[in-house]
Amino acid sequence: MCPDHAPLSPPSPGRRGFLFKLGLALNVLGAALVGVPVLGFILAPMRRLGGQSWIRLGPVKDFPPGETRLATYENPGSAHWDGATAKTACWVRHVGNGQFQVFAVNCAHLGCPVRWFAQSRLFMCPCHGGVYYEDGTRASGPPPRGLFEYELQIRNGELYVRGGQLPTLAGPV
Amino acid sequence: MKRAAAALVAAVGRWVEERAGLGAAVTPALDHPVPRRTASWWYTFGSATLALFVLQIATGICLAFVYVPSADKAYESLLYLNYDAPFGWFLRAVHFWGSNAMVAVMTLHMIQVFLWGAHKYPREMTWVVGVFLFLCTLGMAFSGQLMRWDQDAYWGLGIGASIASRTPVVGQSVVQLILGGPIIAGRTLSRVFTAHVFLVPGILIALVGLHLWLVLRLGVNEWPMPGRLVDRETYKRRYEEEVHRDGVPFFPDAARKDMVACGVVILIVFACAAIFGPFGPHGVPDPTIIDTAPKPDFYFLALFALFALLPAWTETALLLFGPPLAIVLLLAVPFLAGTGEKSWTRRPVSVLGVILIVLTVTTLAGLGVVVPWSPVMSAWSGLATPVEYVRGRTPLQLQGALVFQNKQCRNCHALGGQGGRRGPALEGIATRQTRDQLIRQVLQGGGNMPAYGKNLSPAEVNALVAFMQTLRPPNVPPARTTTEPGAPTR
Repeated sequence: MCPDHAPLSPPSPGRRGFLFKLGLALNVLGAALVGVPVLGFILAPMRRLGGQSWIRLGPVKDFPPGETRLATYENPGSAHWDGATAKTACWVRHVGNGQFQVFAVNCAHLGCPVRWFAQSRLFMCPCHGGVYYEDGTRASGPPPRGLFEYELQIRNGELYVRGGQLPTLAGPV
Repeated sequence: MKRAAAALVAAVGRWVEERAGLGAAVTPALDHPVPRRTASWWYTFGSATLALFVLQIATGICLAFVYVPSADKAYESLLYLNYDAPFGWFLRAVHFWGSNAMVAVMTLHMIQVFLWGAHKYPREMTWVVGVFLFLCTLGMAFSGQLMRWDQDAYWGLGIGASIASRTPVVGQSVVQLILGGPIIAGRTLSRVFTAHVFLVPGILIALVGLHLWLVLRLGVNEWPMPGRLVDRETYKRRYEEEVHRDGVPFFPDAARKDMVACGVVILIVFACAAIFGPFGPHGVPDPTIIDTAPKPDFYFLALFALFALLPAWTETALLLFGPPLAIVLLLAVPFLAGTGEKSWTRRPVSVLGVILIVLTVTTLAGLGVVVPWSPVMSAWSGLATPVEYVRGRTPLQLQGALVFQNKQCRNCHALGGQGGRRGPALEGIATRQTRDQLIRQVLQGGGNMPAYGKNLSPAEVNALVAFMQTLRPPNVPPARTTTEPGAPTR
């Protein structure tokens, strides 16, 4: 008898079962190993990174008393490829005597940019008709609250606001 | 010579077939019998949707050769496609009109299969998969509109994020998950691009495959006959009998009309693309340019209108629970009415339901085009005061006409049919309100009007009300209170 023709002894059921389970376990482990970084990567932006920081809006003298003016700033933590979308606009109101209010341009209803009308001293939203008074309180329309207002500081004659995220009902600036 | 060539082709065909067996796999699908009456124009919407999907894939891949999914370059690359790349404008136009057509034709397909009772036993799963196809297509439409990366896209994302922010507890996390960070910027566009180009199309292709497999396996829905009820015990046997007794092979008997419908739909898309050209991009996506009035593409206009018209206190609940509830209801249709009558002539509730939904959506979308709830931002400075409202007026009244324009009243109140429609038109206001009522309304506002008390001097109020008291048709008396002398007695 040539050994080449010897019938192969069938693997024992125990060995087959073990190999199957081992294969299964290895694949589950592999899926888990791939899944952790994949999910972690996709879900990472959900974590609040504390991106809020103090941002310089400009010298106080650029905002005359009694007037409301549009100011713009570069978002902290923006990427090089953000282009114009790295910028954000806000409404600065100098009430008088160095008293300021800074509002997000985003309507509290659904985030469209509100416009200031100095003659009637109102902010009006183009999307669904929200209207706000000059102090940011809701005047009419669908918004559930007044305009989002930034925390602010005046240091060395410069106006600073705390910002860095899109103002919404869940995270008002 | 000809014969030799034919023989060569046949030989190559046999060689390939022996190895690949494609013919053996595809022939039964092409030959499968369908009920004779379903070889109808009404049954062609599904194929037309598929044809449009293939068109979207082909044009989408072409656009991806040039489009730069980066926030600082996307807009420029679209302008390059529009004006520089050979055929770029046309491919963008076909992709845009194709997407509109796909949403429209798919909606028609959905309405048709529902009215013909095709969602009933045993085709419930086909319907369910179809609902997911519909949702994915809307997702493609929305993400596609965002990839235009213009002002509408930027503020559209703002609207999406604002809706998401109303989720209780985890609102902020959901917003950041959608935006890929705390603000709308480059990372947002990358996410939208990945969804539009990889994720959702992958799901769509898999679901289309499943949908078609189910159609082949369960057979094309027979033409519904009033009085012929669907019964789980007997349906399959009766269907088999019908297609064997009175069926025709799908190819070519039924496929003829499908092919014509696909061709016609694609030609219409090409014609729209050639005549109307590509859509946008409109306005650079610079968030500091706030003189903009964002508006979604037509398929979301109804939703956009609903946001303006819902009472504020219902809004969060409806925004959060409305869409999931609508989806669950759509998915539940075949389980709520999976058997029984198929013919729409005997399903009045279904027919009325379809009519109601279509009327609601089209009415809302129509309002979304007109946006009567939005102030007309340029009305105060851009519109002329109609001559009949200034002719023969006193200096005080003319002064009031100026106050009316300067204080932006016109942005919300029309005069002579022009101006905003947020508030009532004021042509006949003097016949409805007395001087005292007008003063009160101007100073205190109310009824969805801001109060102007702080922003108008007494002299301005005096002039404004004097002007408004002239706003009445000739020979119609002004409004009067019953205590005034000469007031009508009851």
